[in-house]
Amino acid sequence: MRYLPLTNDDRQAMLAKIGVRHIDDLFRDVPKGDLNPEIDLPRHQSEMSVERQLSRMAAKNISAGSVPFFVGAGAYKHHVPATVDHMIQRGEFLTAYTPYQPEIAQGTLQYLFEFQTLVAQLTGMDVANASMYDGSTATAEAVMMARRATRKKRAIMAGSLHAHYKAVVETTTQFTDDEIVSLSSSPTDPEAELQAAIDAIDDTTSCVVVQNPGVNGSVLDLTRVAEAAHAHKALLIVVVTEVVSLGLIKSPGEMGADIVVGEGQSIGNGLNFGGPYLGLFATNQKYVRQMPGRLCGKTIDADGNEGFVLTLSTREQHIRREKATSNICTNSGLCSLAFTVHMSLLGEKGLRQLALVNHKRTCELRDALNSIDGVEVLNNTFFNEITVRLSRPAAAVVDTLAADGVLAGVPMSRLYPDDKVDDLLILAATETVTSDDISTLAAKLKEALS
Amino acid sequence: MTKYTEDHEWIELDGDTVTVGITDYAQKALGDVVFVELPEVSASYSAGDEVAVVESVKAASEVYAPLDGEIVEINDALEGDPSLVNSAPSSDGWFFKMKLANADDMAGLMDEEAYNAHVAGLE
Amino acid sequence: MSMNSQGRPTMPTPSNDTSEMEPVFQSFSGHRGLRLAEPLIFELGTCHTTGVDVEDAGDFELSIGDVERTAEIGCPGLSEPDAVRHFTRLSRRNYGIDMGVFPLGSCTMKHNPRLNEKMARLPGFGDIHPLQPVSSVQGALELMDELSHWITTLTGMPAVALSPKAGAHGELCGVMAIRAALEARGDAREVVLCPESAHGTNPATAAFCGYKVKSIPAQDNGRVDLQALKEALDDTVAAVMITNPNTCGLFESEIKEIADAIHQAGAFFYCDGANFNAIMGKARPGDLGVDAMHLNLHKTFSTPHGGGGPGSGPVVFSEALKDFAPMPYVVKEGDAFTLVEDGDTKSLGRLTAYHGQMGMYVRALSYMLSHGADGIKQAAEDAVLNANYVLASLSDVMSASFEGPCMHEALFDDRFLKDTGVTTLDFAKAMIDEGYHPMTMYFPLVVHGAMLVEPTETESKYNMDQFIRSMRGLAEEAREGKVARFEGAPYFAPWKRLDETQAARQPVLRHPVAEAAE
Repeated sequence: MRYLPLTNDDRQAMLAKIGVRHIDDLFRDVPKGDLNPEIDLPRHQSEMSVERQLSRMAAKNISAGSVPFFVGAGAYKHHVPATVDHMIQRGEFLTAYTPYQPEIAQGTLQYLFEFQTLVAQLTGMDVANASMYDGSTATAEAVMMARRATRKKRAIMAGSLHAHYKAVVETTTQFTDDEIVSLSSSPTDPEAELQAAIDAIDDTTSCVVVQNPGVNGSVLDLTRVAEAAHAHKALLIVVVTEVVSLGLIKSPGEMGADIVVGEGQSIGNGLNFGGPYLGLFATNQKYVRQMPGRLCGKTIDADGNEGFVLTLSTREQHIRREKATSNICTNSGLCSLAFTVHMSLLGEKGLRQLALVNHKRTCELRDALNSIDGVEVLNNTFFNEITVRLSRPAAAVVDTLAADGVLAGVPMSRLYPDDKVDDLLILAATETVTSDDISTLAAKLKEALS
Repeated sequence: MTKYTEDHEWIELDGDTVTVGITDYAQKALGDVVFVELPEVSASYSAGDEVAVVESVKAASEVYAPLDGEIVEINDALEGDPSLVNSAPSSDGWFFKMKLANADDMAGLMDEEAYNAHVAGLE
Repeated sequence: MSMNSQGRPTMPTPSNDTSEMEPVFQSFSGHRGLRLAEPLIFELGTCHTTGVDVEDAGDFELSIGDVERTAEIGCPGLSEPDAVRHFTRLSRRNYGIDMGVFPLGSCTMKHNPRLNEKMARLPGFGDIHPLQPVSSVQGALELMDELSHWITTLTGMPAVALSPKAGAHGELCGVMAIRAALEARGDAREVVLCPESAHGTNPATAAFCGYKVKSIPAQDNGRVDLQALKEALDDTVAAVMITNPNTCGLFESEIKEIADAIHQAGAFFYCDGANFNAIMGKARPGDLGVDAMHLNLHKTFSTPHGGGGPGSGPVVFSEALKDFAPMPYVVKEGDAFTLVEDGDTKSLGRLTAYHGQMGMYVRALSYMLSHGADGIKQAAEDAVLNANYVLASLSDVMSASFEGPCMHEALFDDRFLKDTGVTTLDFAKAMIDEGYHPMTMYFPLVVHGAMLVEPTETESKYNMDQFIRSMRGLAEEAREGKVARFEGAPYFAPWKRLDETQAARQPVLRHPVAEAAE
């Protein structure tokens, strides 16, 4: 077995040193009848053989890069520079532990400090943590943090929030003191969606959670909802599921957000069928001690050299135990490195260009779809994603196109099975979409709807 | 008159108001204090309630109300300089002042000798 | 006040006189040979630099409404060569498993096979979207189904929920399922029992699910006190959370009696499976009476730690709990796989957007297929053998906390350092100078100055012997009163001890970009 260095001679010598005859003497505390059960699984395999078996499974899937691809709704296909994947595979990053020993973990700590600063800059907030599992769990954490910060418990989920995110908030808080008010989505009228959120705010409200761009792709100015929330001493939590949009759209901080959470997958990280992803979490200075998750801070060593350590850890479970701000015990370390490397390559200039190209492609997509009978684009505003109404049920159309080699988007009914949204389809167009892809989609869609 | 609790708080009575802090033994056990979370003035507590939290880098501990009463003053200086808890635990490092519901309750607390014996028993 | 942890030095003492080791001059560059100084990207890059060639979008009419971002964002760019160099330099300040023995108890730092990385990057796994039509991801669902089969077979449990994002998330999933099951039978309970040696996540999770946490004591032999547990069990107890093998590296020898007692009280047995790596292929939690247990794929099945994540925390369930598992889950119908994403009213709900950590599923299955049933069992045996070899080789110079054999990790305490002036922290930092990552210290909380050593199965006897030689040397010097190498250690690391107190008293959590730009 190639991963096990001990030889049989080694094992014998070591057992002798320990003073037992047989390895099972070391397992003597396991109840006798339960030791060494029959395990009906295959025996070990060579690297080549494993590779063959897994490659066969992988080949059954249609990968995003192999077809015209318009699937979004919270996870986006972007080009990731080769440098990113090279850097995160360096063993010093890949096989390091959480940087609890700062003298030999300054590499991890410095990129976390850079990551925190980047996220704070992008979101327009004072501080960010060293990342959460993903955007949806970060949203649930933000809702609970708002309860701690305001000592109020009524949290309002606006209709623009991704259905999965709502569900995660509801599941996560089902046994806590939080009271979740989930407003229904109205994908055809995002302004009304926002107004409904504003109308729901009262003095018992801890926070209002708004996604921008919304799940239907619309972009809104959230300043009004910030003002309404603050008038009732509630916090505005802004959710960003497409972080590239921050290269073109005013930051949530500028709009008055108190907490910004997001899905950082779009920068540096692949689609990976849903995970691992990268939860972003940023807030203002006054709430730092209410934050969940790891934080990296700057300090000096005994010789006066600047360095970094994990800090404010008394908020966390390993010290605070049942009184911790969260039970979270990891961050998305390597994903945050991928984000940091990709952002360093992009810089402000590259990010703005990338965001513009995404928007331009989506404008082209809108124009192409508008010209098809049986397709109505519903968005007045958008970044790289739009919602359209089809003359036929969207799920069936998507299946038809998939069989024909085009992945056309996400039927709204997949996210909102209980709403009457069978005819709605969400499509995203990033920089990876070509004009030919859009023409192909338009042609196939025309065919499917005729 | 200074009294003590088993939870390593000192309590000094002046009229019907007490000043509360943590003992030298406690600050040593905690290590370098980095943050103190204090109660709001005019909040009322019963003996044993959690009133404040004191944090070092590697530990966080609750400070309990020694007796029933209402908070009348908190030590704002700790916000800017939590190290006062280490450098002057029994003077400038005080936590809060509390108006007692019943000043006679003081009698139930330990005196210095009893507290020292309590600490000796822990070592 | 209450004290729940030991205070220990977090402000460095001035270092010893190390002038003999220091050169008599400073370099002009600030570099020191291969120790290359490296500023932050904010000090290196500019807002006008980019290391990617993105096409120019040209002029076109925006459709974003009145919210264009015009103010400077404050994110500098680097050219590709500079970016590669920056992160390469940073990487060299880290210690990783690839560099040497990483005996971090409770954390299981075993070799991360590169085949796993290669497999996770196959476009058919790495480049598929979670909301693609199910017909276009049959291979991905097949992989999840296959992984579930391996996990349920190895644990002897009827069902597994894959979606939790990490171990602590898995705990949350498990305790939520327990609460959902209790509520379904109309049985409100309010207490969760945890031993004092538990991981901090256990009480944090129980509190999160609305339970009061009570601790149960250990016996002198480091195992749960069965009698005390029985006395604490009544109809208010929802669950007992026990790590097995426990955080002292010991197998709970009365595990079945514990399970029986829990079930007799109508409560559920949550097993923290963080240490399943010690018994995989040797014993099945399903045979021991466990109702729910999470697995840490990064520990047991070799997915990389990545400097702190991402993790993955599948949870196995007993018959009594499996109907309450979270959505989504994979169902096999004939030769086709489907995903149940909504509509299951018994399910505790959705814990994450999408389907969990697919990238970690691929890596874990790659590891399982590579080892096979025989190799997995051998890996557990070798992990236990290596730990006992350490225990046997150091017991005469260090103080083992409990009598003999341990499972996959050996626990020492600081009795052997008594009156030497050397603390557990000093001892651990001195290991850095020896070229090793320190062992876990001050955990578990049940012994004084704990040092928890977990070598894992992927260390050779040669590596173990070298490691033991260093440890013996350190222990003997400390006991002989030669304390110079401990005070202020490490000396040979690129940084000296860092001032954690200052970091926490005046937190600086970001670079002041805006000020720098002004």
